[in-house]
Amino acid sequence: MDPGVDGSCVEVEMETGKQGNKETRRQGILGSLSTYIPVSLYTSRTLLWLLPISYLAILFFFPLSKILSLTFNLETLTTENLRTTYHVLRFTVYQAALSTLLTLILGLPSAVLFARYDFRGKPILRALTAVPFMLPTVIVAAAFNALLGSQGLLNSIFPLTSFPFTGTLFAILVAHVFYNTTIIIRIVGAALSNLDPKLEHAARSLGADSFRVWWNVTLPLLRPFILAATLLVFLFDFTSFGVVLLLGGSQFSTLEVEIYFQAVRQLNLPLAALLAVIQLVCTLTVSMIYSRLVSRTAMQLTPRSSLIKPKTLKQKFFVTALCLLLTAFFALPLSSLPIRSLFRLEADRGQRGDVRYGFTTDYYTELFVNRRDSVFYVPPIQAAVNSLSYASATVILSLIFGFPAAFALAKPTRLDKILDPLIMLPLGSSTVMLGLGFIITYGKWLTSPLLVPFAHTLIALPFVIRALQPAIAAIPERLRQAASSLDASPFEVWKNIDFPILRRATLAAAAFAFTISLGEFGATLLISRPEYPTIPVAIERFLSQPGGLNYGQAMAMASILMAVTVISILLIEKFRLPNAGEL
Amino acid sequence: MKHITLLFSYFLFLFSACSPAPAGPQTLTILTHDSFAVSEEVVRSFEGANNAKIVFLQSGDAGAVLNKAILTRDAPLADLLFGVDNTFLSRALEAAIFESYASAELKNIPEEFKLDTANRALPVDYGDVCINYDKKYFAENNLLVPQSLDDLTKPEYAGLLVMENPATSSTGLAFMLATVARFGDAFTDYWRALKENGVVVVDGWETAYFTNFSASSGRGSQPLVVSYASSPSAEVSPSGESLTASILGPDTCFRQIEFVGILKGTQHRALAEKFIDFMLGKQFQEDMPLQMFVYPVNPSAALPDAFTHYAQTPSQPANLSPDEIAANRDEWIRAWTEVVLK
Repeated sequence: MDPGVDGSCVEVEMETGKQGNKETRRQGILGSLSTYIPVSLYTSRTLLWLLPISYLAILFFFPLSKILSLTFNLETLTTENLRTTYHVLRFTVYQAALSTLLTLILGLPSAVLFARYDFRGKPILRALTAVPFMLPTVIVAAAFNALLGSQGLLNSIFPLTSFPFTGTLFAILVAHVFYNTTIIIRIVGAALSNLDPKLEHAARSLGADSFRVWWNVTLPLLRPFILAATLLVFLFDFTSFGVVLLLGGSQFSTLEVEIYFQAVRQLNLPLAALLAVIQLVCTLTVSMIYSRLVSRTAMQLTPRSSLIKPKTLKQKFFVTALCLLLTAFFALPLSSLPIRSLFRLEADRGQRGDVRYGFTTDYYTELFVNRRDSVFYVPPIQAAVNSLSYASATVILSLIFGFPAAFALAKPTRLDKILDPLIMLPLGSSTVMLGLGFIITYGKWLTSPLLVPFAHTLIALPFVIRALQPAIAAIPERLRQAASSLDASPFEVWKNIDFPILRRATLAAAAFAFTISLGEFGATLLISRPEYPTIPVAIERFLSQPGGLNYGQAMAMASILMAVTVISILLIEKFRLPNAGEL
Repeated sequence: MKHITLLFSYFLFLFSACSPAPAGPQTLTILTHDSFAVSEEVVRSFEGANNAKIVFLQSGDAGAVLNKAILTRDAPLADLLFGVDNTFLSRALEAAIFESYASAELKNIPEEFKLDTANRALPVDYGDVCINYDKKYFAENNLLVPQSLDDLTKPEYAGLLVMENPATSSTGLAFMLATVARFGDAFTDYWRALKENGVVVVDGWETAYFTNFSASSGRGSQPLVVSYASSPSAEVSPSGESLTASILGPDTCFRQIEFVGILKGTQHRALAEKFIDFMLGKQFQEDMPLQMFVYPVNPSAALPDAFTHYAQTPSQPANLSPDEIAANRDEWIRAWTEVVLK
């Protein structure tokens, strides 16, 4: 990067900004560290950390260390085990890096699309990109199969275009992109909408072409956000379980899959523990690299409303092409679920080869009937209510625990830098081992439905913190300083300065927590008592038994899950908190 | 600070709310796998007759559940464990998680199911893992349905079979064990041939059946799937004909038997005994087939119509003793993985 250009851009920002502050970016950070942070912030640091750390200690570090200390055994360090571990680790890193790269390639332009442009159907399209995040892997496989399989939609329109979706590295990569593009869109997109377009205008008026503007102005400003999003995507791909197991098929094995195999199938807990430790060390390393990279850059942002309608030919082409691509990639496979839930595909075997396609609402009406009088029957409304209650509780809990940590990390002291990578560990730890740790630590408590949102929060917390932290770091300290000097209470400072700027990041964080909970992450951590089933539980129940009716009902439940998600995300995005205003 | 206090009180409330309530009817807790199912009426009738409350704890697949039971044997989570099958039985017995109980109902159960002579694990149901085929595919392509394991390696069946990975699925493991029973030590040669003939391996039954199998509603690509002999009873078309059937040739199927046992350290031994008697009795045994697609071990239990019409039982399923399975399972799976997946 050309430091001259970099410096001049920042000067442009400061001049066009209201304060006319001439500090360069790096001096700005150092300055804010030494002069602007009120002394009280240092003393309250312990307080900020108290909540998130005690939460992690109780629900993560204690159970995990208990199971690892019980099962970890140096005798498992044989050459054969190490060789297997090396091969598995190599593939895990390889597929995660490749998936992350592909996710960035699709995600970054999409983030620009949603943050900068105004077009018809935008809220729906954006909500659709978030839907895969909470769909069970079996359903994603079914969706792609209905589109690409030999009896799928594509093949019936263009014969000979079918290819098997499951069982290839391609399937793993596509599924990872399908699941995780929303992470980039949300975190980078939220930052991009807060970016002052005047910076780019100024650079352009100084003669920079659009590529140079993007490369020298926009990209450096977005760097902490892109890094945060990349870290999350990488860790998600790195610890991928269902996607690799169900879509990749049996020739592929990641660390998490191998841990599951050793722990649950072979009952070889020492080897599972060794692999779990290796996975934790990798996660810790990646998180430490991240916090080192991100602490060197922070940019102060002020919220702007900067939506434009595509005007030039180039803009129109960009918007249209990307919309089409996203629709094909997200909407088409997803639409096969509601279609399959409403159409019967019964071949009448009396006449050979005659497949009868019939519209039916049977699958939905059957959901309301406990045909077999099963104790474990799941009424659909109750499942939806349970899912939504858990998800709302997860949003509240993860914001309560996430905000203090994100605040501490936004202006990190040495202590914070040590604690920073620890926050990410739940995302990179083996849920199988953690689940076993829960069982030996908390035993019978694990059946309480009240624990479910706490378990979901474990996975949501890293997302919430990473979505909030760069945004908090971007709050111009001079504004808080000014407010404090006018005798505003810390709460008023938060309400009037921090919150309006953090609104978008908070909504992104809330949407993450919400979808993570809806997708039933962490279900493997707990022993379930069937009184409070959720929608994903209902889907699994239908799919665990043969028959067209079960399949149809699973599709109907999946469609309900999709609808609930899309509506909730639209509502979250519409959500305006009092006094948030429209800056 | 107020918020923190509130939160901690919530924590306290949370944990206090979870402690078991002592009053009222006795609670019997049953640890089981996610595919366990039973009808409301059957449970209520036991509860009513015994002034009991039954709580089911579901905790993943059969392997995961057994694992959790072994890990918590010093402070058991439940009074009973249901769902250990013959492929995992020895592991459960070695770990000594069960107390013996010679139920009087055992006299009605055929000897072939009583694999544990010490009655620590009592048989409840069985199912045969068999290959299901898509009737329409074979009719349309004028192809003969394969009749034996050897047939599957013939070129006309290339790429037509989808199966589950024995390392991750109990269904896949059962099918692999059928080939071990049939071919002995040469089973890896068989698998080499099957691999060359394009056998498709997926992780679990759900994917194999609903994504890959051509006769299921998922409309996949393979007309042969490793499933259960009872599955065709769920694929009956409106015209009253099942769309699928099972291959029942000698040694092509493997019998899975599921067991129940009283967990060591239970506080409700008497009630647990009563529930085991109840599980082996006619009412529970007749309820199982349509709930879990399995067969009752009690021969006096009547089968539902769907089973008598569409589900078939193999006359000669492959057989391996639990001890033999326990001693070699890991090695067989490793050898299989080496041949088929590497």
